[in-house]
Parts: sequence; C-alpha cells; structure tokens
Amino acid sequence: MATFQSATRTEEPLPLEGGGAGVGVKDVMGVIAPFLKALGAVRRAIGGLVQFIAPPRLSLNPTPPPSPFRGGGVLAFAFLLTLVAPAHAQLRVDITEGHLNPMPVATVDFLAQTPDAQQVGRDVSGVIRSNLERSGLFRTVAPGAFIERIQAMDVPPRFADWKIIDAQALVVGQVTPLPDGRIRIEFRLWDTFAEQSLVGFQYATTPDNWRRIAHRISDQIYEQLTGERGYFDTRIVFVSESGPRTRRVKRLMIMDQDGANPFFLTSADSMVLTPRFSPSTQMITYMSFETGAPRVFLYNLETNRREVLGDFPGMTYAPRFAPDGNGVVLTLDMNGNSEIFALDLRSRARTRLTNHPAIDTSPSYSPDGAQITFNSDRGGSPQIYVMNADGSGQRRISFGEGRYSTPVWSPRGDLIAFTRQAGGRFAIGVMRPDGSGERILTESYLDEAPTWSPNGRVIMFFREARGAGPQLWSVDLTGRNLRQIPTQTDASDPAWSPLLP
Amino acid sequence: MRNTLIALAAVSALAACASRPDPTPTPTGPTPTTSERPQGPVPGSIEDFRVSVGDRVFFGYDRFDLTPEARSVLERQAAWLRQYPNTRILVAGNCDERGTREYNLALGARRAAAARDYLASLGVAANRMETVSYGKERPLDPRANEEAWSVNRNAHSQIVSGAVS
Repeated sequence: MATFQSATRTEEPLPLEGGGAGVGVKDVMGVIAPFLKALGAVRRAIGGLVQFIAPPRLSLNPTPPPSPFRGGGVLAFAFLLTLVAPAHAQLRVDITEGHLNPMPVATVDFLAQTPDAQQVGRDVSGVIRSNLERSGLFRTVAPGAFIERIQAMDVPPRFADWKIIDAQALVVGQVTPLPDGRIRIEFRLWDTFAEQSLVGFQYATTPDNWRRIAHRISDQIYEQLTGERGYFDTRIVFVSESGPRTRRVKRLMIMDQDGANPFFLTSADSMVLTPRFSPSTQMITYMSFETGAPRVFLYNLETNRREVLGDFPGMTYAPRFAPDGNGVVLTLDMNGNSEIFALDLRSRARTRLTNHPAIDTSPSYSPDGAQITFNSDRGGSPQIYVMNADGSGQRRISFGEGRYSTPVWSPRGDLIAFTRQAGGRFAIGVMRPDGSGERILTESYLDEAPTWSPNGRVIMFFREARGAGPQLWSVDLTGRNLRQIPTQTDASDPAWSPLLP
Repeated sequence: MRNTLIALAAVSALAACASRPDPTPTPTGPTPTTSERPQGPVPGSIEDFRVSVGDRVFFGYDRFDLTPEARSVLERQAAWLRQYPNTRILVAGNCDERGTREYNLALGARRAAAARDYLASLGVAANRMETVSYGKERPLDPRANEEAWSVNRNAHSQIVSGAVS
C-alpha cells in the first residue's frame, strides 16, 4: 500500500509552463523529489552500466527574462517569455496529412558565452532537430543554408532572411551558466511569415539535465505548430533481448523516447515480458518467470522494488493499468482456461470479467475506463472484442481477413491498434472501437505489440525479420513515417510512457 | 514422416549439446540409441524417462487436441509415472512463433493442461503434476520454418523430483 501512496504523490500536475497559478516552487520540488530519489536508486542498483538520465531538477524562475515583446503580467510560474495572441493563429501543421509536405523548421544552435555552455547549446539544438525530424511532420532546414547569424535572443530575427530559405518556423535559444552551478536554457519559436513570436520559455536546471529540457522544448514547439500535445519528454520501457533463440535472456530496460539513457531494471536471471507504464509513469506492470510460472509483477520506479501482484490460483499475464492508475486488468489461467480479471490495487479485490472456455486475454482499457478491448478465440480464431468495464456487453469488432490480437486502446479513445496475422505475415493496424475503418500501417514477417504515443499519433511496436532478433520501430497514423528506434540490444514489447511529470 | 523423425533426432542432438538438459522428442518406441549403448539409461532415472519413454508430445498449428501419437507417448509416460510413484513432473506448454506473445501464453497453457489431463485420466495423481506455459519464448528449434515450428509446438513433461539418480 505504501508503494501506491508514494506513487500517487507524483501524479500531481507539475505546472511547468504557463498557468499553474497557486503552486509554489517548494510544492513543485516536493512533487519532484520522490522521482529524483527513484532515479538515484535505480542508478545505484544498476551500477555504471549505461548512461543515466540526470535528476530532472527543474527549478522554476518566477521572473520572466527580458523580452522585446514583454506584455502580460508575471504569471505565478511562468516562464512565458512572450505569448502573442492566439497561439496557433497562422502557422499550423495539419497533423493528419502532415508530412506529405513536412513544415521546414530552422533551429539555430543555442547561443552561449562559455565553451561548456556552447556545447550544451549545440546538444540541445541537435536533440530538438532530431525530435522534430523524426516526427515526420517537420523538415530540418540545414544550418548551412542560414543567411542571418543570430547573435542575440532579445532581438527579433530578420524575417526576410528566413523566409527566403523557406524556414517557416525558427527556433532560437540561449544557454547561460548561473552562479549556483546550474544553467538557464531559454528558447523562442518564431513564425517567420507572420513575423511573430509564437512561444518562449526558460528553464533553470543542472547542466547534465539538458536533454530533458531539449525534449520539453521540442514538445512546446510541436504543440505550438500542430495544436496537439507533444510526446518527446517520455520514456520507453521494453524487453532487452540477448543470447541464442533457444535460450534467450529477456530483461526489462527503460530509456528515453529517442533511445538515449538506457538502463536495465531487472537482471538476467528471470525472463520478463510485456511491461506497461502506469498513468503516473512511476510504476510498471509486467510478466515475469521469476517465481517459476508466469506471474504479473509491479515495479516501483521510486523505490526500485518489485512485487508479485495478487494471489491468484494460476499463472497470470497480459497486465495493463486502468487509466486512473488504481487498478490492473490481467489474464489468469486456470487449468488451461484463460480469463480476464480486474484487480483493485488499493483493496486488492479482484473481479472476473470473462467466463468462457475459449482463450480470453490481452485486455486494454479505453481512456475513460468505461470499456475494455480484449483478444478471444471464442469464434474459432483469435479476434478483437470489446466489453464494458464490468464485463457486460461482450461483442466482437474485428471481421477482416486473418487473426487479430493485442488490441490496445488509443489514449485519444478514437482508435484501437492491433496485431494482425494473415497470409503468413504480421501487420500492425488500427480500427475504430466499433470495428469500422480498419487500416493496416505496417507489415512484415513479424510485427507485433503496438503501443501508443501519449498523444495517440504514433505507434511503436517490435519487428522481427525471419530468424533474426527483434527491433523497435515506430510508425505514425498515416503509415508513411516508419522508423527504427535505436537500442543497444535486440528489443521487443515496447511500452510508451505518458508525458513525464 | 521418416524425414521428420530424422530432423527431430537432429534437433535433439543439438539440444543435447546445449547446457540446458533439453528433452528428446522420441515419438517412436524403444530407440536404436538405447540398444546400441553398452547399457541403457538407469531405470527410473530422468534419462530413462527422457530417452526410453519420450518426454514431449506435439500439436498442430493453433491446436491443443492430442493426436494419436501424442496419446501413445502420454500413455507410456503414465505407465512410467505409475511405476515410479515418487516422481513429480512439470508439464510445460510451448508454441511456435506464429502467434502473439500473450495469445501463445494462453495456448501453451491449454497444451500443458491437455497433456496433464490425459495423464490424470490414466491414473497419475493430480498432485504429482504441475503445469506452466512458456508461450513462444522457449523454442526447441531456433529456425523459422515448418519443420522447426512443428517441433516447437509441444507439451514437455519434465521430471522435477523423485527420479532415480
């Protein structure tokens, strides 16, 4: 129980940018502190294996920095440099068509006065460019094409110089060492055609935390230019694989969304599968053979502790959190019959949701928690079904050619992603919750296990070439922006976190 | 069929090289291997069960019903288990790679239960048997072809205690 109480403390919204009136700096640090501790614990446990993400010591400067456009009052926290009228007035990427014609964005290396700060500036800009480019919605304007050499943050750019190289948006920024050893990173996004500033923020942080700031800035840019939340300040938990296929070692690993800062969560001693994030991003539920038969576990990223979930009379697997984080839905096998159960994490009470001699597994909640999609072969082959969260109203929704499994409800609620097997190949696709509008996004020898970006626009999954090890890939909803995610080892069963607190 | 058996023998030879004491698919009766040795496995030993009886039964794609061959292997297993009443077994269900992980965990559990239930019907006490599913996570044959898949769809009876050493 204590585990969950401490986890829920971090579920408080962290009012970083804009808004958030009434929360003091102290309160925010109180919220962040457990997270810092958790990361420290993980680092100690893992040793020096791989690079490690620095504690996200965001500190909030209540004073807006000088700005040529300063208008509005000083918001309680606001690092809002400027916010000129309706934020997404002119410049807008149509996210549903988007990268057929990606928007050209120029990102200048962030300005700095000292060599160390200049390095951070180049690194931050590099991460922003790479995030935007990978989204498929934006195209990086090569720095070699820049005409104006930006020399100060406070001076508006010469818009004509940027328009002529077709940079529709311009990102400028600055890194400044602070007397206490931290650094301040600030940025501003310009609409070069409307000749206005779209957004600007500043962050004070420890120098080794620059990467998270770069992701947050990327999210700001994405949000300003698309009108939807970004997904760059997120992490992926997945199964790291090594060794021969007949004696595969499978361990939990966690990394940033772009593959940076990977580290192991579990040892090579026991095989693990299917990790999934809690809504708070502080807990992971997964399946492990640690105690012999498959069992669903909880892993607490704050305490670095894990526990078997529930006392079930059989093997348990295929866990997923409820959207409120207070429950887990999973599969219990009793004598060869798999049924879906919901487990309340507070009372540990369990509710049986299916009752059928066929296989019922792979449950996933709708984002409002009212419904559950799942996999069943009660109709003779594996297909996708939907039921109410209490188990009533079970109905099949997949009727296409082939075998359907691993349904996962989009965080937007509008689509269900799935794995389809047909003609000896595996595909990742989406359909509406009523089964209509099926679209296949990717196909190969083996594509499996979709997971959604928190904004419901990108799907990550694993792909295995015939006889080879699995790798992580992502694809957007158009199916055109297909990319491999870099990992140090073979990798499978990715799970995308919500935006980090 | 003969080709399949040769392939199976080859696979088991490979498996024997591996450090894990992996089982031998021996769908037919007393094997030549046994008679060629100066002395066969010690009666009542794990090796005896593995080699003389056969510790794996095989299934069709996405099936968990027992074939006549599977029944005959399980009948030999049951006879052996009755003869050595102190032994306990773990029946593990395995699948080929042509299914998703979670679905295959469920399917492997069905296969293990099918084998266990048949052994129970032949007089092996239920409290001597446990089951587990490894889904598609522990293939016997690492290759990705029909031959490998047919070997990887199995229920494996493993002696966990009580055998003669």
